[in-house]
Amino acid sequence: MVPFTILTAPACPLGLENVDTDQLIPARFMQTPRAQGYGGFLLHDLRRTESGSMRVEFVLNDPRYAAAAVMIARNNFGCGSSREAAVYVLADAGFRCVLAPGFGDIFTSNAIQNGLLPARVAACDIESLLHDPSVLAGAPITIDLMEQSVSSGDKTFAFDLRADFRQRLLNGWDTVDMTRSYAKDIEAFLVRDLAARPWRDPVR
Amino acid sequence: MGANPQTIIDKLWDAHVIATRDDGDCLLWVDRHFVHEGSHHGFGQVRERSAMIARPDLTFGTADHYVATRRGAIQDQDCVRMVRQLTQNCAEHGIVCFGDGDPSQGIAHVVAPELGLTLPGLLIVCGDSHTSTHGALGAYAFGIGASEVAHVLMTQCVWQSRPRRMRVRIDGTTGPGVGAKDIAMALIAKYGTGYAQGCAIEYTGAVVRALSVEGRLTLCNLSIESGSRLGLVAPDDKTIAYLRRAPYAPQGEAFARAAQDWLALASDDDAHFDHEISLDAAEIAPIVTWGVSPEQAAPIDSHVPDPARLSDPAKAEAWRDALEYMGLQAGQKISDIRIDRAFIGSCTNSRIEDLRAAAAILKDRKSRVPGLVSPGSRLVQQQAEGEGLDRIFIAAGFEWGGPGCSMCVGMNGDVVPAGERCASTTNRNFKGRQGKGSRTHLMSPSMVAAAAVAGRLCDVRELMRESV
Repeated sequence: MVPFTILTAPACPLGLENVDTDQLIPARFMQTPRAQGYGGFLLHDLRRTESGSMRVEFVLNDPRYAAAAVMIARNNFGCGSSREAAVYVLADAGFRCVLAPGFGDIFTSNAIQNGLLPARVAACDIESLLHDPSVLAGAPITIDLMEQSVSSGDKTFAFDLRADFRQRLLNGWDTVDMTRSYAKDIEAFLVRDLAARPWRDPVR
Repeated sequence: MGANPQTIIDKLWDAHVIATRDDGDCLLWVDRHFVHEGSHHGFGQVRERSAMIARPDLTFGTADHYVATRRGAIQDQDCVRMVRQLTQNCAEHGIVCFGDGDPSQGIAHVVAPELGLTLPGLLIVCGDSHTSTHGALGAYAFGIGASEVAHVLMTQCVWQSRPRRMRVRIDGTTGPGVGAKDIAMALIAKYGTGYAQGCAIEYTGAVVRALSVEGRLTLCNLSIESGSRLGLVAPDDKTIAYLRRAPYAPQGEAFARAAQDWLALASDDDAHFDHEISLDAAEIAPIVTWGVSPEQAAPIDSHVPDPARLSDPAKAEAWRDALEYMGLQAGQKISDIRIDRAFIGSCTNSRIEDLRAAAAILKDRKSRVPGLVSPGSRLVQQQAEGEGLDRIFIAAGFEWGGPGCSMCVGMNGDVVPAGERCASTTNRNFKGRQGKGSRTHLMSPSMVAAAAVAGRLCDVRELMRESV
C-alpha cells in the first residue's frame, strides 16, 4: 500500500448525506474482476440518466472537478453494505480522501485497507468547505495527515482519525505481514484459550 | 463481578485478544468465518500471494447472494458462475460449503444460528454487514470488507480497536401487531441511522428478554442500519434451549459446561457503558419507511412528513429528494400508498416465525399484488412446508421460492422493476437497492402480508381485529 502523507488536489463538493454503499456502486456491477477497474462505476446511477448518458448537472460530472482526489460529503458517508467495492470505485476514480462528519464503520476499515483517507471533519467545517468559492472553483485543497488538517486558501480545519488508522496510512503497512510477525502470540493464545473455552470449535 | 464489573462486550473482547499494539489496536482470534459468493475478492487476494487458508475448519461457505430463488426462472450465466466459483474456492481450500442444492443451504445469517455454528462467546466475521445478526445468541459478530476477508482467510485473526459500549434498553410492553422489526425500525427512526457509529450495542430490557431468539436475530440484524457494526443480546435460557441439539454445537456434558460459561457472559451489575439510550415499548406502533434511508420511517397510522417543517436545510433537501424518488407527497396518509408487489425474505425476516406471522394474516385471504416468499434456508423451507405455510402463501397468490438473499439486494436477478413500489421485509430502502429505480417500503412480515391483501400500505391491526 502507498503511504499517505500530504495530498494537494481539487475537491469534489458532493455534499450529499447518507451516501450508502449501494449508491457508491450498485450491486449489479460487483461481479467484475478488480483488474478491469472500478472507477467507471462510481455513483453510477446518480451520475447517469436512465439511458446511460452523463447527467451534466451532477457535481461529479462537472469539468472543474475532473482532477478531484478529495470528496466532500455530509454525514454518514459509506453507510450500509460492507462491500469493499465502494472503496475501489473511489480509489480507481483517483480519489485518495473523503471528508465528512461521519462514516460507516465498515467503510472506514475498508478505506484504510486501500490507502483512502476517511477524514472526520466537524459538520460546520464541512459546510464552510461546501460553500468556499475557491473549493467550488476547483482550486486545490491540502490534506496533511501528520498534522491532521485540511487547508483551503487561508482557512485550516482539523480532522479526526483513529490513531491506529493514521499510523497504518502513514506507514502503508501490510496487515498480513504484520499479523504473521505475531505467530508466537497466536500459538500461546490458542493454548490458554482452549482451557478457558473448550467449546469454541465446531463439533463436526 | 467483584471490583471491576464488566459489560458482555468487554468480556467477549477480552476473551479474544491475542496481542495489543501501542496504538491500542488489538489482534483478535476469529472463531468462525463465513464466506459467500461475494467473497471472491478475498479469495483472489489469497491467490495473488500464493498463500494458504489458515483454518479451513473454522471457515464455512454458504451460497446466498447469487443463488436463484424462483422456480423455473432462467438463470443468468454470470450468477451461475458466481455460485460455482464459491463452490470451487471452498473445495480447493478444504472448506465445508453449503452450496446450491445442499440440504443446509441458505442465507449465512439464517443457516449458521440454526446449525449451531453460531454460539454465544464466539467471535464471528463474514464479508457482509448483516453479520451483526449473530449477536442475538451472544456472539461478538461483525461484518468485514474484502481485504479483511483475505486477512482472516490467511491468518484467522482480525485487527480491531476496542469499540465504545452502548446499552440500548427497551422496557415496557409492546402493543398488538408490534414485533422485533418494528422495535428495530422505531429505534432507527427515533435516533437516526448514525446513532451508534463506532459503538458496540447491547440490547437489553424487558422487551428484549421477552423476544424469542428469532426476534432477537431480527433486532441485532438491523444494528448496522444504526451505524453500529455489532449488536448483541446476553445469552439466557432461551438461547440455551435454541442451541441444544444443534448439529455443530457441543453435545451432552460438553454442552452443559458450555451453557454455564455462556450464561456467565451477561453484563455485570454496575458495569459501565459509554452511552445509554432507551425506548419505551408503548411508543412503538407498526412502522414503515417512506423514504430512501431506514431512518425515514413513520408509524403506519401517520402521514408522510413535510420537509418544510425541518430547520436543517441539508436534511430538508434530503427529504425532498427522497419524496421525489419515492413518488410521494408530503402530508399524504401513509395507509393511502398503493403498492405494486410484496416480498417476504432476507436475513432480516425469513425465519419460521416470520413466515408464520405473514401466513396468519394471509390465511383465507388473497393478495392484490404479485408477491414472493423466499424462506431463509432449506431447513426453514422444509419446516414451513411441513406446517402447510407454503399452501397458505400459494393460495393467497404468492410465489413460494427457495432460500437466498433474493429480492433484498437483487444480485440474483430477482429485482423490483423500475418505478414499482414494493412492500418488503428486508433491511435497506436505499435508492435502487432492490433493482434500478425500485421503490422500497420496509416493514415487518405481518405488515407486508397486510399490505399485499389491501394493495396499499395497511395497518395490520385492522386485519388482526377482523380475524378475531
